[in-house]
Amino acid sequence: MSTEAPGQRPKSLADLYISFTLLALQGFGGVLAVVQRELVEKKRWMTMEEFVEDWAVAQILPGPNVVNLSLMIGHRHFGFGGAMAALAGMLSVPLLIVLALAVVYAQFSQHPEVVSALRGMGAVTAGLIIATGLKLVPALKNNPLGRPTALLFSALCFVGIAYFRLPLAYVLFSLGAITCIIVYRKLK
Amino acid sequence: MPDTLNNVLHISMNWHDWLQLFLHYMMLSLLSIGGAISTLPDMHRYLVAQQGWLSDAQFNASVSIAQAAPGPNVLFIALMGWNVGMNAGGMWTGLLGVVVAMTGILLPSTTLTYVAASWGHANRELRSVRAFKLGMAPIVIGLLLATGWIMAASHDQASKDWPLWLMTVVCTIVVWRTRLHLLWLLAGGAALGWFGLI
Repeated sequence: MSTEAPGQRPKSLADLYISFTLLALQGFGGVLAVVQRELVEKKRWMTMEEFVEDWAVAQILPGPNVVNLSLMIGHRHFGFGGAMAALAGMLSVPLLIVLALAVVYAQFSQHPEVVSALRGMGAVTAGLIIATGLKLVPALKNNPLGRPTALLFSALCFVGIAYFRLPLAYVLFSLGAITCIIVYRKLK
Repeated sequence: MPDTLNNVLHISMNWHDWLQLFLHYMMLSLLSIGGAISTLPDMHRYLVAQQGWLSDAQFNASVSIAQAAPGPNVLFIALMGWNVGMNAGGMWTGLLGVVVAMTGILLPSTTLTYVAASWGHANRELRSVRAFKLGMAPIVIGLLLATGWIMAASHDQASKDWPLWLMTVVCTIVVWRTRLHLLWLLAGGAALGWFGLI
C-alpha cells in the first residue's frame, strides 16, 4: 500500500479548484472514498498517514467532514487561498447540480425504477466507505499505540457506534481521550 | 401523501425570519460534530414542527435528493433553504434561502476548522498535536467502518435485502483490493437496482 512519501502537490489554485470539483462530482452519497482514492493513491498529494491524521481533525471538529478535510488540504498547500479554492471546488458545481435535481425530482420521485436504482447506489456507497476504512488500517502500523492496541480501539469504536448506536460525540471524546493520553505518554 | 416538492406551503418570510433561520443554522454548525447530518433531528423540530416553514415531504426529499446527487451530503442544507424560499415566494427567495442556509451552516465550522488547521500546521511538531492526531487515528478508522456498516444495515429484512448486502460485500472487496474506478461500481449498483435485480 502507498505509505511512501507523497511525490506530488497541486500546481496552482486552479488545479486545486478543478481537482476538488472532479472529486466532488464522483462522490455519490459521500465523497470520502473518492478523496482517499484520488489524492492518496493516484495524485499522491498526501500519504495514507497524513490522510488519516487530517481526517481525524476534520472529524472531531464540527461541520461537514469532507468540507473540513478539503479546506485543510487546500490550506496545507496554498494557505488561505488554497483553503477557499478547495472549498469552492467541493461545493460550487455540486450545488448547481443538486438544485437542478430538486427542480426535476418531483416528476421522478415516485418512479419505482428510480427508487430502486437509488437503493442499489446506497449499497455500493456502504461498500466504498467500509473499504476506505479497511484501506486505512495499514496506516496504524507505525502508530505509537502499537498495532494490536490501535486495532483494539478501532474495534471498540466500531462496536460502540455500529452495534450499540451510541452518540458519535460520546464515542469520539471518551475513546479518543484514552488513546490520545496513551500516545502522549509514549511520545516523549 | 405523495413525497413531492410540488406541494409548496405558502408562507411569508420577513427579514427577521431570515435572520432567525441564519442564526439557527449558525448554532447548528457549531454543534454538528460528525457532519451536518447529525443535527437533522433538531432541524426537523425547528423548520417543520416549530416554524412550519417546510412540509415533512419537502424535508425528507431535501435529504434524499442530496444523497443521490454527487458532492458532499451537506448540500441537503442548500435544498432546505431553497424549499423554504420557494414556499415564501419563488425562485429569487429560493436562491436567497440557499445562500442564507449554506452560509449559516458553513461559516462557523469552516472558520473554526481554518483556525485549527492553521494552528495545528504551525505547531505540528508539538507533542500534544502529534498525540492528538496519532491517538485519534484508530478511532476514526473504526468510525468509518461503523458508518458503512450502518448504511448497509439500514436495509434489515434478510429475506428481501440479501442481494443489497451481497452488493455491499462485493463492492467492499473490489474497492479494497482493486483499482477499478468507483464510478463503474456506482453505475453498476444503479443499473442492478433499476432492473430490479437487487
